[in-house]
Amino acid sequence: MLQHKLQDLFEEPACAKNRAKDDKARKKGCGGKPLTPGNAAGGCAFDGAKIVLQPITDAAHIVHGPIACEGNSWDSRHALSSGPMLYRTGFTTDLGELDVIYGGEKKLFKAIKELVTKYDPPAVFVYQTCVTAMIGDDIETVCRVASERFGKPIIPVNAPGFVGKKNLGTKLAGEVLLNHVIGTEEPEVTTPTDINLIGEYNVSGDLWTVTPLFKRLGIRLLTSITGDARYHEVTKAHRARVNMMVCSQALINVARKMEERWGIPYFEGSFYGVKDTGTSLRTIAHMLVERGAEPSLIDRTETLIAEEEARVGSELADILPDLKGKKVLLYTGGVKSWSMISALHYAGMVVIGSSTRKATKEDKARAAELMGEEGETIDNLPQRDMYAKLKNREADIMLSGGRTQFVALKAKTPWLDSNQERHSAYAGYDGTITLLKEIHKELTNPVWDLVRKPAPWEV
Amino acid sequence: MAVVETFVKPLTVNPLKTSAPLGGASAFMGLDGCLPMLHAAQGCTAFALVLLVRHYREAIPFQTTAMSEVTTILGGKDNLEEAILNIAKRAEPKVIGVCSNGLIEARGEDIRGDLKLIQQKHPELANIALVYASTPDYKGGFQEGWAVAVTSVVDTLVEPSLARDAHQVNILAGSHLTPADLEDIRETVEAFGLDPIILPDIAGSLDGHVADNWVLTTQGGTKVEDIRRMGRSVATLALGLQMETAAKLIESRCGVPVEMFPRTTGLLAWDDFIATLARLSGKPVPQAIRRRRSQLLDAILDGHFYFGKKKIAIAAEPDLLLGLTQFLSDMGAQITAAVSTSDSPALKLVPAERVVVGDLRDLEEMAAGADLLISHSHGARIAERLGISFFRAGFPLFDRLGAAHKLSVGYRGARDLIFEIGNLFIADRDHHHHSQGGRDAAVASG
Repeated sequence: MLQHKLQDLFEEPACAKNRAKDDKARKKGCGGKPLTPGNAAGGCAFDGAKIVLQPITDAAHIVHGPIACEGNSWDSRHALSSGPMLYRTGFTTDLGELDVIYGGEKKLFKAIKELVTKYDPPAVFVYQTCVTAMIGDDIETVCRVASERFGKPIIPVNAPGFVGKKNLGTKLAGEVLLNHVIGTEEPEVTTPTDINLIGEYNVSGDLWTVTPLFKRLGIRLLTSITGDARYHEVTKAHRARVNMMVCSQALINVARKMEERWGIPYFEGSFYGVKDTGTSLRTIAHMLVERGAEPSLIDRTETLIAEEEARVGSELADILPDLKGKKVLLYTGGVKSWSMISALHYAGMVVIGSSTRKATKEDKARAAELMGEEGETIDNLPQRDMYAKLKNREADIMLSGGRTQFVALKAKTPWLDSNQERHSAYAGYDGTITLLKEIHKELTNPVWDLVRKPAPWEV
Repeated sequence: MAVVETFVKPLTVNPLKTSAPLGGASAFMGLDGCLPMLHAAQGCTAFALVLLVRHYREAIPFQTTAMSEVTTILGGKDNLEEAILNIAKRAEPKVIGVCSNGLIEARGEDIRGDLKLIQQKHPELANIALVYASTPDYKGGFQEGWAVAVTSVVDTLVEPSLARDAHQVNILAGSHLTPADLEDIRETVEAFGLDPIILPDIAGSLDGHVADNWVLTTQGGTKVEDIRRMGRSVATLALGLQMETAAKLIESRCGVPVEMFPRTTGLLAWDDFIATLARLSGKPVPQAIRRRRSQLLDAILDGHFYFGKKKIAIAAEPDLLLGLTQFLSDMGAQITAAVSTSDSPALKLVPAERVVVGDLRDLEEMAAGADLLISHSHGARIAERLGISFFRAGFPLFDRLGAAHKLSVGYRGARDLIFEIGNLFIADRDHHHHSQGGRDAAVASG
């Protein structure tokens, strides 16, 4: 069953990485090179699946496995909710030794029963893990029986960690949405301007910097998949006119299959930076008009973009001179390997390098083109080399995730969080203002002079 | 004496417990030049690593054998071998600490045997100590994993010895102690002219310092050569009941007598510790320590007004729970709700009617009417929901600065705890006065 699904994903025709491979390479599957024992980092498929599904805020998410999978990771992401908080409650079967010996299916069923009775969520997502997969717990059957018994969707998420990397887990979660959620209910009304955002998880409120723009344009966000989503919104996503795929190709299977099944055209775009936000809004407007929305939408969009760009320019006027020419090392990956570059270029900053981990060939090409001669794409930068680079002051600031934060700090180099652990929203026009103000605040903080000064007795 | 309730529930809600492999790998972080590795799928390492990074705000050099579905079926030895060789070449560690997990243990793999074969086969590994801790994540939690790892280090590295070094003492440090605690303990022991070998010494590696270079292993911590000579010590001071097994192993192997210290927080607990050091060293208690004891007495006198009859709801791992509850109870507070992660002899000693082995939902349900909630950072939202003050203790502490420097041992640690917790009670009282007193109170004080 799972193997079948995996093969299906590996053959995903719209995936840029897949397209570039020959038949043989394609069969070997996605997720890039096999992991090297003793030199690997990054999350597993379970982690990826949870990143995609957990932002459905009113659903319950229960992890079937020993304590490690949920106990070590619950409530650690900053996908925000404007209402329900149930998604932040950690549910797990916390398997013990006897469960491993005798099987955990009964325990899982009882756990679901208790959960449904006490919390009455609109749906429950049940996550398989390595240990329960190995001992052969059949979560699909447990979920089917539980759905019938309790009269609500109890949805199996069969993406145990050991099947692959995070990226594969996101795609498996996409399949879960396609097979169990999207298209299971009909919206009461539809409008010619209904859209979905795919791969936008509302990290630190990113989504909320964009939704006011839609509102001003009269565009209705049917649902975000899955940032700040409600279960009964996602079920109706198949009636949108246009899908925008926000986070690179992570959920390409969802976008493509929604086009195949329900004829919804999609495009890939970004809300990082002034230029890309404008491009994305224009594309949405044009695609909606093509599908029957008022043609005036296009002009209104242009007006909004002009207004917003002027606003960003005036709000940042004071700090832009300080940012001009400052060198940035960008260590994020995926779509951000290029989408953040244009946001930084807006302020006249020089990007000396951009990590293209987890990025497609197209992402990489875009990043290289944007940086030109000033910077290089980086496949992998070992921490020791990164430290040396920063200690030599080759960059004025590094933008990266929490994991490499301390490489910068120990090299006494300014640093800003650009990944999912961050606390500020960087999307859209407001997000761009925030991002550049944060960079400015970090670069101009007096502590850098303080900590770089040797102790008096060391001079 | 508390009644310990250990009902097995099908559904755990808002877990209190973190995993045993995470605890084991954290203990390995206290060895110098060490690379802790989980023999598991890569996600296990990623989750563990991220949580430690958030707690300590430090880079954490964890590795993984990156087990896949296929290698799980075929057996993990090849991955283990490849990982060790890769690490040896890339990171030049002195120790590789291997923690297993549920996947590997449920298959019943002979990791100890595998490690022996791997080491024999590759002469380039001759100078690297390979230590294996059996930590299936379906058994116990962080504290149990930590204890298993320390016992494994002792078992693998401590050399049999009959000779004694009159000044050398072993300190076995449980998972409830912070780098700041260990720093204080080292200074205290050295003040008696004794030479402590602290295992594991996370004060050396995780105290948050800025080094001049970047290494791929731990930097600081207990040195392998020091661990080897632990059998020559005059005594092993085991801090936390979780350290008893490791301490007894040194005793049975080398005849080093064990001194157990189930608690190190609070006046009487620290008096015991200081008295033992005085006896072992044959030296009088230094003036500076007497002065600190006197400061603690004064803090108790100043602070007790705010602790008397206060109701405390607390969730923590067993040894931490015992230390904090006894301290609070000594100050006159009442432990009205106590929750822990797994059964342990420490739980019976907790000064409460009952201790529930459970999760944070249990704590939330039992905490009604409490004046103060204590737990790791995940408890913050519960305190918010219940509208009561919150004190962070344990692991993980990811939403405040300075987790490594929270001090709870010694006269100084107890003194500071009285101030910190007492101030929460004072803030509560003031807040209460304002909201209750309304305008009249404001006029009266104005």
